[in-house]
Amino acid sequence: MSLYVEVVKNGNGKSESEYFTINMGPHHPSTHGVLRLVLELDGETIVKCDPRIGYLHRGVEKLAEHLNYNQTIVLSDRLDYIASAANNIAFCLAFEKLLGITPPRRARLIRTIVNEMARISSHLLWLATHALDIGAMTVFLYCFRDREWLLSIFEKVCGARLTHSYVRVGGVRLDFTQEIIDELRRFTEEFPQRILDYETLIDVNRIWLKRTRGVAVVDAETAINLGLTGPVLRGSGVPYDVRKFRPYDAYDEVEFEVPVGERGDTYDRYKVRMKELHQSNWIIKQCLDKLKEVEGEPVLAEGAPDLLLPSRIREPEPKPHPKKGFIFTGKELPVVPPGEAFASIESPKGELAVYVVSDGGPNPWRLRIRTPSFVHISAIPELAKGHMIADLVAIIGTLDVVLGDCDR
Amino acid sequence: MGLLEIAMDFLAELREKFSKVVLEVLEKDALTIVCQREGSLELISYLKEKGFKHLIDLCGVDYQGYKSEKKPERFEVVYHLYNLDEKKLIRVKVPIPENDAWQYSVTGLWKTANWFERECYDMFGIVFKGHPDLRRLLMPEDWEGYPLRKDYPLFLTEENEWKGYKEFLESVRGAK
Amino acid sequence: MGIEGTVEVGKDIRQIPGTPVFITPLDKLFNWARAGSLWPLTFGLACCAIEMMATGASHFDLDRFGIIFRASPRQADVIIIAGTVTKKMAPMVRRVYDQMPEPKYVIAMGSCACSGGIFRTYSVVQGADEFLPVDVYIPGCPPRPEALIYGLVQLQEKIKKESGRWGFWR
Repeated sequence: MSLYVEVVKNGNGKSESEYFTINMGPHHPSTHGVLRLVLELDGETIVKCDPRIGYLHRGVEKLAEHLNYNQTIVLSDRLDYIASAANNIAFCLAFEKLLGITPPRRARLIRTIVNEMARISSHLLWLATHALDIGAMTVFLYCFRDREWLLSIFEKVCGARLTHSYVRVGGVRLDFTQEIIDELRRFTEEFPQRILDYETLIDVNRIWLKRTRGVAVVDAETAINLGLTGPVLRGSGVPYDVRKFRPYDAYDEVEFEVPVGERGDTYDRYKVRMKELHQSNWIIKQCLDKLKEVEGEPVLAEGAPDLLLPSRIREPEPKPHPKKGFIFTGKELPVVPPGEAFASIESPKGELAVYVVSDGGPNPWRLRIRTPSFVHISAIPELAKGHMIADLVAIIGTLDVVLGDCDR
Repeated sequence: MGLLEIAMDFLAELREKFSKVVLEVLEKDALTIVCQREGSLELISYLKEKGFKHLIDLCGVDYQGYKSEKKPERFEVVYHLYNLDEKKLIRVKVPIPENDAWQYSVTGLWKTANWFERECYDMFGIVFKGHPDLRRLLMPEDWEGYPLRKDYPLFLTEENEWKGYKEFLESVRGAK
Repeated sequence: MGIEGTVEVGKDIRQIPGTPVFITPLDKLFNWARAGSLWPLTFGLACCAIEMMATGASHFDLDRFGIIFRASPRQADVIIIAGTVTKKMAPMVRRVYDQMPEPKYVIAMGSCACSGGIFRTYSVVQGADEFLPVDVYIPGCPPRPEALIYGLVQLQEKIKKESGRWGFWR
């Protein structure tokens, strides 16, 4: 960790406080990624904080303008790499709105299951790293044990542990086998006991309470003004959940509650996420029961994978010619109708929104990704005023930021 | 998504108050309002007072070379606003000319617009008047060019490489 | 005494039992010690960092190889570059690498660190070997924990083949 300390004295030499400018560099031992914070400290209290991002900027939005629609789904995995399935769903919803197709019911149920599995694995990793930063190291190992179970189920489903590319435009890539459904059922039966295990470790622990009660309190109005969404907003009392307000996939068929906190401090956000784990488990159970009703149905919409191929579609169709192969006459039809679409989902971190503009070609014209981590990091200066550096680590943990999501 | 649920009288009131500003009102997947740059700030503050308190997104789009529709200007700044009480989504689009690329800043209304506008400036070069601290966000401070414009290359070759990276490579490998 | 009373504790390394006396070529002793306790620096940048953390957790334990993750570059032997290196971040990686004491090794984990991966854009360095001498490349997007363990074992094999890398000639 490189420290760069500079003592800044006040110009007129009076005895006012001298602020240290310290750099909490892009490489630091906590696992949140490459975030650089330039802090101005008065002793140990933070007076000003300036986050500098861009150390993981890979140019995803520009790259998407040069790839086909199907290829951008591979890019979407790498944004919020902890819950990749959720990112895929956001992209697919936007492209399906452009094309005007809806996936079949079985695909929607499977998408909901995969979304909730991604939510559980993301919250488990959040708990592991948040607790590790605050000092509880056993929770890290316990959470990874359960996460390995989920990742092995993901491997059975689509072949990859982390970056899935499983959800495609028009549905999902492959159907669930009976083995996967049985394993998921076993998981949903055993998981509530595991959540209790984690809670007994830290819920009423004196150190945990001292480090999270009263840290970074946000009231509802400020939270909406700062653009916070997801569990961070719900910890402050606002019950905004995209799954209830603008339902997508099979969320209008399942019952679940949206946990809301009261005080808006770090401890309430922790409780909100723990209760969300229970709700996700319940949603998966309900969807597994409903899957039995749609046994044997297709998981991709009519002609779905071919809808987005970059081949030149001409009307009328090319005529075969004995010597030249084919004769191309007629006009070129757009692959995707020109227009724009906006879709947003409730990703585990907050509200992930995709705005896509199409001009009829095989590539998107503009693909804008509004990620929750970008907005949450922009709220750190506001939340960290008056706290100490140790609280800053807890604040970054409670906002649940992933730098791949923020920098794109 | 029932767009007709958005009350007709709300739209009529909007058109009446901002008749000179609003260019067109479209109904695509969400209610879209295209308005002029002058008066766009008042329109957005009016929408915020009416309950559209959640600014979901603020982004820029570059339409150079767009074939399927005739766009009035090269750039466009797009706002997505959401009403949490009535559950309605609205989109506001403001065309920005190429050689006069600036727009009024909404940081007075939402603190979250600060970083959205910085990113828009970084990627497109659109200056936001009234922004407290407009500097590059994602690219390094001394980067030249605006990456998301259509005339910017995807991959930089050795000639138009960023000089900070060139100097770094020379210091590591030794000057040729 | 000769060589008959000694016990073989590693390849070509013999110890007189019950005493801290080893009879071995000096090269092999140093290589055995270095390979048996490689301490990596935590340098997770992007998605591969999550797989690195999963490898260090209890399911695919790395502690059984003697690998303990250290946070400070001054105490580390090997730097595992896990994730995409961007042009803005490259000077920091080089600075951290320069702070490590000799002998040091570099593992490039993941396609992005090997060659830029799928990101052939204006801001991504096409492989960490543009500015660092890489010893082991582990491709994959992200590589499975077993692949990372295989790569670390390959690095151990490479270390065991070294000769003369001690004393003044580190």
